[in-house]
Amino acid sequence: MAKSDKTLTQQNLRAVVVIHAALVILSLAFLVPLIWMISTSLKEASEARAFPPTWIPKEFLWGNYSEAFNYNKENLGYAPFAVYGRNSLILCLLTVVGTVVSNAVVAYSFARLKWPGRDVAFALTLATMMVPFPVLMVPLFGLFKELGWVGTLRPLWVPAWFGAAFNIFLLRQFYRTIPNELSEAARIDGCSEWGIFSRVILPLAKPALAVVALFSFMGTWNDFLGPLLYLQRQESFTLAVGLQSYSSQAGGTPLHLLMAASTMVVAPVIILFFFTQKQFIQGIAATGLKG
Amino acid sequence: MAKMGQSERRQALAGVLFAMPYLIGFSVFLAIPLLTSLYNSFTEYSVLREPVWIGVRNYADVFKDELFYKSLGNTLFFAAFSIPLSTIMAIALAMLLNTKVRGQAFYRTFFFLPSLVPAVPMAILWLYLFNGDFGIVNAVLKIPYGALGLEPPNWLSSVDHAKNVLITMSVWTVGNAMIIYLAGLQEIPQQLYEASDLDGASPWQKTKNVTIPLLSPVIMFNVLMGIIGSLQYFTQAYVLFPGGAPARSTYMYSMYIYDTAFRDLRMGYASALGWVMFVIILTLTFTAFRFFDKKVHYEG
Repeated sequence: MAKSDKTLTQQNLRAVVVIHAALVILSLAFLVPLIWMISTSLKEASEARAFPPTWIPKEFLWGNYSEAFNYNKENLGYAPFAVYGRNSLILCLLTVVGTVVSNAVVAYSFARLKWPGRDVAFALTLATMMVPFPVLMVPLFGLFKELGWVGTLRPLWVPAWFGAAFNIFLLRQFYRTIPNELSEAARIDGCSEWGIFSRVILPLAKPALAVVALFSFMGTWNDFLGPLLYLQRQESFTLAVGLQSYSSQAGGTPLHLLMAASTMVVAPVIILFFFTQKQFIQGIAATGLKG
Repeated sequence: MAKMGQSERRQALAGVLFAMPYLIGFSVFLAIPLLTSLYNSFTEYSVLREPVWIGVRNYADVFKDELFYKSLGNTLFFAAFSIPLSTIMAIALAMLLNTKVRGQAFYRTFFFLPSLVPAVPMAILWLYLFNGDFGIVNAVLKIPYGALGLEPPNWLSSVDHAKNVLITMSVWTVGNAMIIYLAGLQEIPQQLYEASDLDGASPWQKTKNVTIPLLSPVIMFNVLMGIIGSLQYFTQAYVLFPGGAPARSTYMYSMYIYDTAFRDLRMGYASALGWVMFVIILTLTFTAFRFFDKKVHYEG
């Protein structure tokens, strides 16, 4: 017995060492590209293109960031990066608020209120998640052109105020975990549906709404195809399309500046993640498991 | 319908009112555009002129269109490799994390960080990493290739390798799936592993007979989402390989639809291409669902 115990611990030890080695190697593979991006963003132009590459910049040129920020300012008369950033922030704000407000309300109807046709409507809602965006691209463009919205941010944020299948689904699942007795009690006390929703359900749903807000921010900050379709002038570009225009520019933007600009686009998302890690992780887990 | 009492009627009214924003949005931004696009697919239509009905000609043309086959082939190739590889990577990472080694939270964050990187900066970074002249990938690969007396490939300009760049990127961004799998693993009752330990099962047998079957609903969900997503794959390919360079080897189906509609202004034909995509997605999703449904182990 003693002997088998010993081999078991040895086996365990070996397993722990192997697992740790695998984790460390994989971590490196996952992190190196990001470290590389930051490292290059601090290099001198020629060092950024050196082969073999240097891992750590000879000198940390923090000035690259302000240079990237003001890139092309002389030609345009304004700092494009600041303008893209402002557009992205405005768009994110309008989209996140619209998404949270509309989906919170709509999901309440699907989760807690009985009305004729509700279940059919909900099944239809889920089915629409399979409709690929390229099918809708042309008619939506036509619609927004008709409205005179092409070239503005409106085609990108107005639809967010009308609810979206995925968020409705997510919030509905959450609302349904709130005990019905709470609503019934309020209903007996003569509370209106709006009162039940705003005073009983909403305060309890804050964690789920935070998740919806986070995903919506991420999705908007990252979105490329939407802005590519509707925004035509540099001054209305968001960071995603602006950055792409830097990269595809004739002659090319110097690499170290491109990496500095990329880092500035990535950083807000990563910072946000570190402050909201728990909601983030739980939110993602919920999308995959509660289905 | 049974006659409703007053309170039911009030609830039904409230229900419709609460759902109203979505019912409007659904019609205006989804149902009507979807039907419009179906109609347009049977027309010749450039935004400049009104659509002209031409019957099924667009669809007949799609099936004779070389670029359709090329872009669909590229997209399916990408999906066929990126979905299985990402699935394996995500499950492997989740299983490693689930061993509850010290520092689990740190490793989890490390693996997750790449998934936070927005598509455009990610593609730009990839352009640089895989650069044949000064990219870090070849700086590392030079060692094994050099030992064999070979040169590492020029990833971005080689017809054979460009797609691999996109597949690698998708394997690098498996963070979301990994989190979902990890949560799935944590729900597997520990007793099942203890029981198989008593039966003297090897780690591989435990993975095959306990972990994978119990994880199968989650795998199904992720694979179905993977199919829907990769058929529409656009941004990374568009930024990394403008025009599907080299030699259209990275030209994706969505890029073709986009170019047809907004560069060539052939909106009718683009709509037909879109509907063919929709049908392909439905077929693949349905087939995958049937395939999984026989195998998936549902708890309780």
